Amino acid sequence: MILSGLVNTLSVRGAGVPFLATGDGTFWLPVRASEAAGAVDNLFYFIFWISLFFFTLLMALLAIFAVRYRRRREGEEPEPSPSHNLAVEVVWTAIPVLLVAAIFWFGFQAYVDMSSPPLDSYQIQVTGQKWKWTFTYPNGYVDELLHVPADRPVQLVMTSQDVIHSLSIPAFRIKRDLVPGRYSKAWFTAVRPGDYDLYCAEYCGTQHSSMISTVKVLAPEAFDAWLREHSDILSGLTPAEGGERVYNVLGCKQCHSLDGAAGVGPTFRNLFGSERSFKDGGRATADENYVSSSVLDPQSRVVQGFEPVMPTFKGRIKDQEITALIAFLKTLSVHAPQDAAPAAAGAGTP
Amino acid sequence: MSTHDATAAPPAVGSENYLNCSHGFRSWFFTLDHKRIGVMYLASILSFFLLGGILALLIRTELLTPTRTLMSADDYNKVFTLHGAIMIFLFIIPGIPAALGNFVLPLMLGAKDVALPRLNLASYHLYLIGALIAVLSIVQGGVDAGWTFYAPYSTTTNTAVVTLTFGVFVLGFSSVFTGLNFIVTMHKMRPAGMGWFDMPLMLWALYATSIIQVLATPILGITMVLLIVERVMGIGIFDPALGGDPVLYQHFFWFYSHPAVYIMILPAMGIISEVVSVFSRKHIFGYRAIAYSSIAIAAFSFLVWGHHMFTSGQSELMNMIFSALTFSVSIPSAVKMFNWLSTMYKGSIRFDTPMIYALSFMFLFGIGGLTGLFLGSLATDIHLHDTYFVVAHFHYVMFGGTVIAFLAGLHYWWPKMFGRMYDEKWGRISAIIISVGFNITFFTQFVMGSQGMPRRYYAYVDKFEPYHVISSFGSYLMAAGFFMTAWYLVKSLYRGRPAPANPWGGAAMEWQAASPPVLHNFTEEPVVGDPYDYSNQDYDPAIGGYVLRKPEVSDR
Repeated sequence: MILSGLVNTLSVRGAGVPFLATGDGTFWLPVRASEAAGAVDNLFYFIFWISLFFFTLLMALLAIFAVRYRRRREGEEPEPSPSHNLAVEVVWTAIPVLLVAAIFWFGFQAYVDMSSPPLDSYQIQVTGQKWKWTFTYPNGYVDELLHVPADRPVQLVMTSQDVIHSLSIPAFRIKRDLVPGRYSKAWFTAVRPGDYDLYCAEYCGTQHSSMISTVKVLAPEAFDAWLREHSDILSGLTPAEGGERVYNVLGCKQCHSLDGAAGVGPTFRNLFGSERSFKDGGRATADENYVSSSVLDPQSRVVQGFEPVMPTFKGRIKDQEITALIAFLKTLSVHAPQDAAPAAAGAGTP
Repeated sequence: MSTHDATAAPPAVGSENYLNCSHGFRSWFFTLDHKRIGVMYLASILSFFLLGGILALLIRTELLTPTRTLMSADDYNKVFTLHGAIMIFLFIIPGIPAALGNFVLPLMLGAKDVALPRLNLASYHLYLIGALIAVLSIVQGGVDAGWTFYAPYSTTTNTAVVTLTFGVFVLGFSSVFTGLNFIVTMHKMRPAGMGWFDMPLMLWALYATSIIQVLATPILGITMVLLIVERVMGIGIFDPALGGDPVLYQHFFWFYSHPAVYIMILPAMGIISEVVSVFSRKHIFGYRAIAYSSIAIAAFSFLVWGHHMFTSGQSELMNMIFSALTFSVSIPSAVKMFNWLSTMYKGSIRFDTPMIYALSFMFLFGIGGLTGLFLGSLATDIHLHDTYFVVAHFHYVMFGGTVIAFLAGLHYWWPKMFGRMYDEKWGRISAIIISVGFNITFFTQFVMGSQGMPRRYYAYVDKFEPYHVISSFGSYLMAAGFFMTAWYLVKSLYRGRPAPANPWGGAAMEWQAASPPVLHNFTEEPVVGDPYDYSNQDYDPAIGGYVLRKPEVSDR
């Protein structure tokens, strides 16, 4: 089919090598910084040239008729000419029908590509509220700017806290409303490192026009490094405070209480430095190495009275975070050398 | 009897007519005469056009700089909301049908009045009440929800939303009454010898418009009531915090408001069909195609509302269907363009002010229509949605289309309405100034919109400043054109040359009435004929107008 061939030529994902993949802005369109932008721009210019051609044709005829058939003197009557012509009328109805059918089809094709995120997309949660953006990364890190890796599909899962907002990134040619009470999704593959404007496009009140953020497209390694650095949840905290943060953020608190009551797992109160007896009959003192191995390899030694249900945190927790967690556990325990006052909130007073 | 005497009679200013047959406030405010009601509508809508225009100039002035220029963000939000609401609900929607349509519809049918004159007056009174309620919202501090009143912003903002939406609710009844009246009038009061396909195309356009008014406006009324109920009683309909659905509001709103843009543009197309034919002195080309296309547009207009919601989260399938249906509306509009152009072919074209406006319409509406293709197409709409590209497209269609055609119609029928000719030279000059100013203002907005500038922004990123500055200066030029127009039109009422019955050589029946018409429109029964057949009239230089040749066919 000629049509599908054209679609493939115009479609980024169909053809593999789009002829307008990335590039600087033009008079009409801003810089192209996403994979889909090429397809959108091709379509834009396809419509643009068709429109310009027919508009020029019509206006030229208008001008020619206006000059040629102008009334030269009052009372002049035109020579008779037909007031309808079926053949002509059918032709000038059929041609626009075919053209708009093509425009519809190309627009739909490109849109379907833009609406179908790959399954391995990197997901970022987006929250809109009057009048700021919040971007939450998979590891829980939150930022007000949108940092994304280049050359990797990114999916935004978005919702609003109050009224309708709309996330618009002109350089990526995407826009999607954030509706309170619903989740909406958008995706893109950024292809060009740099900073791009991110607007709220749906009117949301006083500071609507200040609800602007920036998309920072980073090379994949630079993005990983950025995320690692910025999601260092320990920075600026003492080891014990950092440990408490780790306890809260990484999910320890779901199973390990601080008040001495056993949950799914043993309580953290008075754990450090205590004697542990295990299901397999072994015993050990809960020292630094014990804590570390319990986090990274929890199944190896399961405390008596508990089930082996704890997942490993290998790869999800950094060494400094384990160190911080140990410092936090020390503050909770009477068995540990107390060089700092037990300050943990929620630990209860002994 | 022939109509020769009536049409050849010397200018009728001074003799008794509908304007001077009675005097006093009550003789106008409680009149049942469609012409006086039309004139009252005209005065009212032009007042609101002035108000809406001043608000537009405030917007453009604020946007001269990327940050604060003369007002706060909150004030700006109120100004653009009121600009939109006033222009749409108080000016454009009643503009052509209720003001010009009211005046010319019975005349074009050779009738004494509309079928239901009391309903007509009630429609005007409701318009006035609705308009005053809407304007009351300004006194209450204004409204900042945007003319679209999207929930849940509109249900939670602490501005006078209830007042303005209630005003819109009342205005809806006025619009329904006018539409109903026109439908009945065209069904019941066509003279013997005038079949549906013998009507002037203006009447087809008004008929199509009226159908939309009657069928679509109740949806708007219900939506406004639901909004008020939610705000006043806290019943959750649209706000998710109360268990409502904000996207439902968008469906309700656009189910009216998309057909509503055809309420605005269809009668404009009707005017262009009249003006192009008369000033080309040639039978309209493709009469039936134009008539059918008006009805087709009215029918399709109910099926495309979802194209306002491509980014709202409605399903991909819905988006596809609405995109396809949207393109179907473009065809009848294109067909009309081709027909107007063909009408000029081999004509004898006279460039009086109405024709300058009609040519300007074809240029501007051409751009407005073609840029709609970018917005109907899904992939490009996602990028352009809610940007200045949409603002520009909308203004090209509604201002470049409807308002320019309204001006064409106003200048075309002005001699009929007031019995005076305006200054033709100044008419042409201002028509050109308005058109040039318009293009400077809004073409710039296409470019900044496709570059990504979002609409309804009080402050903006620096890179858009040059576009905004150019756009604002265009708006000042346009304003100058409008003030010139107001000046020479008002002047013509006092100093204008008395108008002949038929200054342009129109063949529709309104030109057989005197200028201005007598209270009951015709002193003698008008001759029914082809409204686009100009072969039986002659130009009479003595009166500066056309007179019917003694009709040889009237003995039939």
